[in-house]
Amino acid sequence: MPKGMERFGKVTYTSEAKVSDFVKYLEEGKVMATRCKKCGRLYFPPRADCPECFSEEYEWVPLSGKCKLITYTVAHFAPTGFESDVPYVLAVAECEEGVKVFTRVSKDISVDELKPGMELKLAPIKVNEDKYSFELQKP
Amino acid sequence: MERKVAVVGVGQSAFSRSCGISIRELCFEAFKEAMDGLNLSPKEIDASIVCSAPEYDKQRTPSGLIAEYLGLTPKPTFLVETICASSTTGVGVAFSFIKAGIKDVVAVIGFQKMSELTSAEAQERMGRGGDIMWESPFGIMMPAQYAMYARAHMKQYGTTEEQLAKVREKNSKYGALNPKAVFRKEVTVEDVLKSRVIASPLKLLDCCANADGASCIILASEEKAKKITDTPVWLVGWGSASDTMTLANRTLLTGLTCAIEAAKDAYKMAGVEPKDIDVAEVHDCFTIAEIMAYENLGFCKPGEGGKLIEEGQTYVGGKIPVNADGGLLSKGHPIGATGGSQVRTIVHQLRGEAHKIHPSIQVQGAETGLVHNVGGVGLYANVLIFRR
Repeated sequence: MPKGMERFGKVTYTSEAKVSDFVKYLEEGKVMATRCKKCGRLYFPPRADCPECFSEEYEWVPLSGKCKLITYTVAHFAPTGFESDVPYVLAVAECEEGVKVFTRVSKDISVDELKPGMELKLAPIKVNEDKYSFELQKP
Repeated sequence: MERKVAVVGVGQSAFSRSCGISIRELCFEAFKEAMDGLNLSPKEIDASIVCSAPEYDKQRTPSGLIAEYLGLTPKPTFLVETICASSTTGVGVAFSFIKAGIKDVVAVIGFQKMSELTSAEAQERMGRGGDIMWESPFGIMMPAQYAMYARAHMKQYGTTEEQLAKVREKNSKYGALNPKAVFRKEVTVEDVLKSRVIASPLKLLDCCANADGASCIILASEEKAKKITDTPVWLVGWGSASDTMTLANRTLLTGLTCAIEAAKDAYKMAGVEPKDIDVAEVHDCFTIAEIMAYENLGFCKPGEGGKLIEEGQTYVGGKIPVNADGGLLSKGHPIGATGGSQVRTIVHQLRGEAHKIHPSIQVQGAETGLVHNVGGVGLYANVLIFRR
């Protein structure tokens, strides 16, 4: 039942997870976080189990997508499966909800424009026919 | 009364890009050097701890094989892993065994033969170094993760690419003097800045290289140590900490929280402060890592690491000499062996025997030394403090 993570990203090593609905939401055009129903803590990356209160009761919460770039790098060298993507930009951004995201920056943004602190938009993307992901785009 | 713990023997093989021998033989070289001159036979070693990152090994469960080849059976042996910090984690376990009175003499053997993997196999493993569920799908790799720390450090404190390059320039000067280092050529700031970009702002010469190598540290209780050697060096502080694997879940991206925490515990246990450290070996897997180490260990304030190297304060003769053996940047980085090699250098320094590496790297009168060994990208950190 919880299969589905294999449809996340270009190369993945995980197929089963309690939170594999995350990919279904990406397909619907939403980047979702999870919130613990008991203590209210928001998690991104999403997680099914809350280590604060041990609750397994969680709900999916959409992220607005509004975020700020914290740091980035232009990778000129890549692990297996990503060779043809080089150069690509990896980044960490902070969402307005307070959680941070690690992801790619869209190729539509020139490297020269990138500056830590700049506003960006976290958005779902289709990687290929049956694979989904998210990236940072222009607001 | 609490038992004191000493390092009685230290050894390492030559580090190389491709050693051309088997892992058992590589470990034997380190063990033989560590046992040299000691009043100790292998049969008197009560336990062995083997340290390695198993994803790079062809041999499954290598501890049994290494213990056999070193003549350490039937005493207990087991594997310890915290990637690049494995062998100082092993030293920590040995320290606990001896302090608790469970064992008297423990050997910690770290190794990695990274040339056992083809470059395709190494490239595939590289992509699994982060969180495989939430980070690998984006094409993550270690240089990119450290590069993001470098960018955040530059933004926050104005650290420059020239300052990063100065770390390599310094370490290459000492690497050229270390007969067991992979890279024995001096490089300049200009060479570093001109080398090709790996993950901006880090360039090829900002990065250390994979290597083959082994290290061995032998620890003993005070009573045994005094019978084994005339020059015990006391392990007086050991601190260890971890951070989230997922980069996005970290609070700090301009320093390594785990190193700050590990240092705090090590200083407290040893009853010393950063200003008391006479010589240090820090985990310079990338140039930015050494600059953050200066700050995280309290050798300077946060943000002043760039200035510290610029002023030449971390050269031998400076305020706090760091990586006088060339560091990982020059020696190469055989994952499981690295921490043991750092300990070896500090023990030589405190015994006044740094001439065993090169006479010019001896920090005169050094009494207190520190080792900072980090696993992964600030995932695990061990800080060890030694006194002569």
